[in-house]
Amino acid sequence: MTAFLQDPFTWIAELLRTWLTGLGLASDFVTFLLQLLGALVLATVMLLLTFLLILGPNRVGPFGVFQTVADLLKLVTKELITPTGADLIPYNLAPLLAVMSVVGLWAVIPLAPTLLGANINVGVLYIISIGAIGTLGIMLAGMSSNNKYALLGAFRTVALMVSYAVPMVLALLVPVLLAGSMDMQTIVDAQSPLPFLLLTPVAAFVFFISSLAEVGRAPFDLLEAESEIVAGFHIEYSGLKFGMFFVAEFLHAFTISAITATLFLGGWQGPWAEQYPFLGLIYFLIKTSIVYFVVIWIRGSFPRIRIDQMNAFNWKFITPVALLSLSMSAVAEKLAVELGWSRLLVHLAASGFIVLITLVALGIYARTTRRRSEQMPTASESLTSA
Amino acid sequence: MTLYQIAFLVAAFLTLVAALMTVSSPSMVHSALWLILTLGGIAVLFLLLNAGFLAVVQVAVYIDAIAIMIIIVVMLTQGAVRRQLQQVSRAWWGAAVAAILLFVGLLMIFNQTPALATTAPPLLQSQEAMLKDLGQALVDVNHYILPFEVASVLLLAALIGSIIIAWPLRKPESEGGEG
Amino acid sequence: MIPLSWYIIFAALLFCIGLYGALARRNALAILMAIEIMLNAVNITLVAFWRYITPEYVSGQAFALIVFAVAASEAAVGLALIISLYRKRKTVAVEEIDMLKW
Repeated sequence: MTAFLQDPFTWIAELLRTWLTGLGLASDFVTFLLQLLGALVLATVMLLLTFLLILGPNRVGPFGVFQTVADLLKLVTKELITPTGADLIPYNLAPLLAVMSVVGLWAVIPLAPTLLGANINVGVLYIISIGAIGTLGIMLAGMSSNNKYALLGAFRTVALMVSYAVPMVLALLVPVLLAGSMDMQTIVDAQSPLPFLLLTPVAAFVFFISSLAEVGRAPFDLLEAESEIVAGFHIEYSGLKFGMFFVAEFLHAFTISAITATLFLGGWQGPWAEQYPFLGLIYFLIKTSIVYFVVIWIRGSFPRIRIDQMNAFNWKFITPVALLSLSMSAVAEKLAVELGWSRLLVHLAASGFIVLITLVALGIYARTTRRRSEQMPTASESLTSA
Repeated sequence: MTLYQIAFLVAAFLTLVAALMTVSSPSMVHSALWLILTLGGIAVLFLLLNAGFLAVVQVAVYIDAIAIMIIIVVMLTQGAVRRQLQQVSRAWWGAAVAAILLFVGLLMIFNQTPALATTAPPLLQSQEAMLKDLGQALVDVNHYILPFEVASVLLLAALIGSIIIAWPLRKPESEGGEG
Repeated sequence: MIPLSWYIIFAALLFCIGLYGALARRNALAILMAIEIMLNAVNITLVAFWRYITPEYVSGQAFALIVFAVAASEAAVGLALIISLYRKRKTVAVEEIDMLKW
């Protein structure tokens, strides 16, 4: 009984294994069956999470859950209209790629100390590479729809996603630096005394903002806002193909909340999580829900940002801050290791230094912009003088 | 036929078919898609060669950066409508003869090298230790710091150069573009 | 298991396919794609030799990483050139880009 309480997943797996080998099956085949079963269970859990979270913030009601099911039924039963002149292979491939890239991310997120899809030792790099396959899917969707608005939407989307991938990768390198490994389980283990949010709040902020832009959520949802460019790259998709893009976007938002919680908030860490891994899963879900709550909060609070403002924000603000954060973290880590100072204090000092430099730079920029706009004649002056 | 051999044969066959379709597809968009499949097959082969880090780097660099850039430029230079140009030049038979001659020549050289029939020696280090060794070798003064730094300068030069080359034409009547 | 010759023959075949593509296609972008195929074939050769001959040294993987960086930079510059040419001459067929100065 205590073995079951300590680690229900392994206990159930061992039980199944002894039963199946007792039936006379070969050991390798039993391993394969158990892994398949594990994958199916994980897939069901994920689908349930998708259904419960595809809700979004604007349909909360006493029976909000059934709204999701109704949405899904509507999408499934709609007719699949293919526009004439559309290139069929990229057109049908695009929703698959979008969903594939998001679902593939879940393979490396550690849900509990013993619950990890694939314990590869380059987990962070895997996140970067698989996450960018979604960009490919969106580009193909816009290109193959034989529609100018879809093409424009796709160009904007890809420009945005590729631009914001730069600070995202730079910010992802900071937990790798602090933990000394790209393995996700090692990064979670390295956060035992202190989650990385306390050590590098700047990198957490940069990663959160740039991954919000990657998803196309929150203030960055220019790409599919109905008032902006009709529906962006998925104008010509209807029925379940649109449903796949829909699922991909919502699941991507939840996935980046999960990744942020894993890399910066400590994943499944918590009291008694190593002894009772089931508690680790609970802590992981709680932390992910907190981050997702912040995502929804931001969505409801900020106005939409224009495309040129998005680009300017990326290249003039977020990317320099990300570069600065990476170099400062490297220096702080070296100082903490070599000189033996307290790691928390050195990193907090580095983060404070970055915030100081950013505020000073923003102040100088604000002052020069104000001075420049004061020197230029205002509208009424130019009217009277001309 | 072990599982590894089957996996290698499937991946190699898929990659070769995709490469053939890349170089012979009349539509540029389809060509780019076949190229992505080729690059993915190469990543699988890297995995079979126990170079997991290189497999993920292959996906991240080639598929997520180069292939997307190629698709974007295909869109920019052809518009949203597929135009069926004559994609193969008139001297394609010469190219085919050259390629076949090269392949036959390489096969003859391989036949004369008996060391190529070896099977894989076992890997003595774990993947994490190999990754650590690779990282340290790239910045070690006695090892590969120089190619590493030169590659970073090359990437910087390519970055600046491609921005300048692809800058939009400023004045329509001058020679336009620093191409 | 898998002898080294399989990988080398595969890489040679891939290189020859890329060579055919680079010589026989009219579109500059298709030539660039064929060049990428050739670079990938070379990468496979490097990593296969590393794995089979000297798996204890890390040089093979370092060499392959440098090839990745070089391939990325030449693809970027090549694509920038193609965009610039398209803006000026409205074509990407390499037969029509035949004057040094116009």
